[in-house]
Amino acid sequence: MTAPVTLDLALTRIRETFGVEPAGEDPKRPVDARHLVVVIPVLRWVEFARFAKDALGCRYFCHLTAVDWKADGLDVVCRLENLGSGGSGLAITVKTRIGREASCPSLTGLYRGALWMERECYDLFGIRFEGHPDLRRLLLPEDWDGHPLRKDYAVDTPHPPYR
Amino acid sequence: MEIKPPVPQVPPPEWEEVKDLQEWVKYRQERIDGDQTSQAFASLADRLEQFPGGWLMVTSTEKIFNWARKSSLWPVTFGLACCAIEMMATFASRFDVERLGMVPWASPRHADLMIVSGTVTIKMAPMLGRIYGQMADPKWCISMGSCANSGGPFRHGYHVVKGVDRVVPVDVYVPGCPPTPESLMFGILKLQEKVAQFQKTGRRSTPAPMAG
Repeated sequence: MTAPVTLDLALTRIRETFGVEPAGEDPKRPVDARHLVVVIPVLRWVEFARFAKDALGCRYFCHLTAVDWKADGLDVVCRLENLGSGGSGLAITVKTRIGREASCPSLTGLYRGALWMERECYDLFGIRFEGHPDLRRLLLPEDWDGHPLRKDYAVDTPHPPYR
Repeated sequence: MEIKPPVPQVPPPEWEEVKDLQEWVKYRQERIDGDQTSQAFASLADRLEQFPGGWLMVTSTEKIFNWARKSSLWPVTFGLACCAIEMMATFASRFDVERLGMVPWASPRHADLMIVSGTVTIKMAPMLGRIYGQMADPKWCISMGSCANSGGPFRHGYHVVKGVDRVVPVDVYVPGCPPTPESLMFGILKLQEKVAQFQKTGRRSTPAPMAG
């Protein structure tokens, strides 16, 4: 039974450990809710997830997705939540920016739930997760060509006889 | 120095829909025409007609067969999306297609009709063609709703088949998004009219599906 992680404690710990300033869910408003947005470099991706899981009690892996910013690369976004009985309800959205052809370290060693999320992200965005045990396509057929949620994917790619 | 008036640069029009139609027509022409099974029956009927009085037997049995076929169209339960809800409502007590002799059956081996109700994805299309291939001849297909007719609102998506008639031959298209049970029943009645003409024409009005 650990003590509940309050918002102030989480803010302080993130600042002093990683040196980044967490933002709120709405960037126009000050951080007052329990939802933090943290942007960290990709090299500290797994380190931050381990820190959030152990120190901040965010043991629930909510989701993982990506955003394509065309020439600027891709954002990998994941959300970790503290569902502890202390009632703090802290939720952290972690973002990292990777290059278009770069890979991202996998979180499957920390969260079992990341397994299918990262497979889906690989399927639709083509992001390779280093250390993933079973990186195959999840939703699309295995003989599919390309990764359709990327901005440079041509939607009218011929797929005879169906398209 | 000569000053030229600016020449308006009009881009050539891009008719995506027309291009799609051309592709579709091209694809349709590549398919095998006709139904082999019904051709075999037609040749048998032709031979029988050569006997004296044979035409009497052929025509009367045709009428009986057609009446039996159109009065017991068993649809295979193949719900894909929200149109399946309307299809279930059609099968349920308020609209009650059982009075038309239709029993929704969960096996393609016993079914005569496939109602494709919903969006057909590229991943689902081979399975759909396989289930259609498992049905015994003679068989019919109703394309229900915009998605099955043409792809509907997902037509330009990356994963949607632009009309189920690229996978299986379709006899009746029911428009709507989703069609009401009344629309579907109207389509079923139209199909019954078509089934009543089946042996008279001797062949399917649409080409046979692709192999595999």
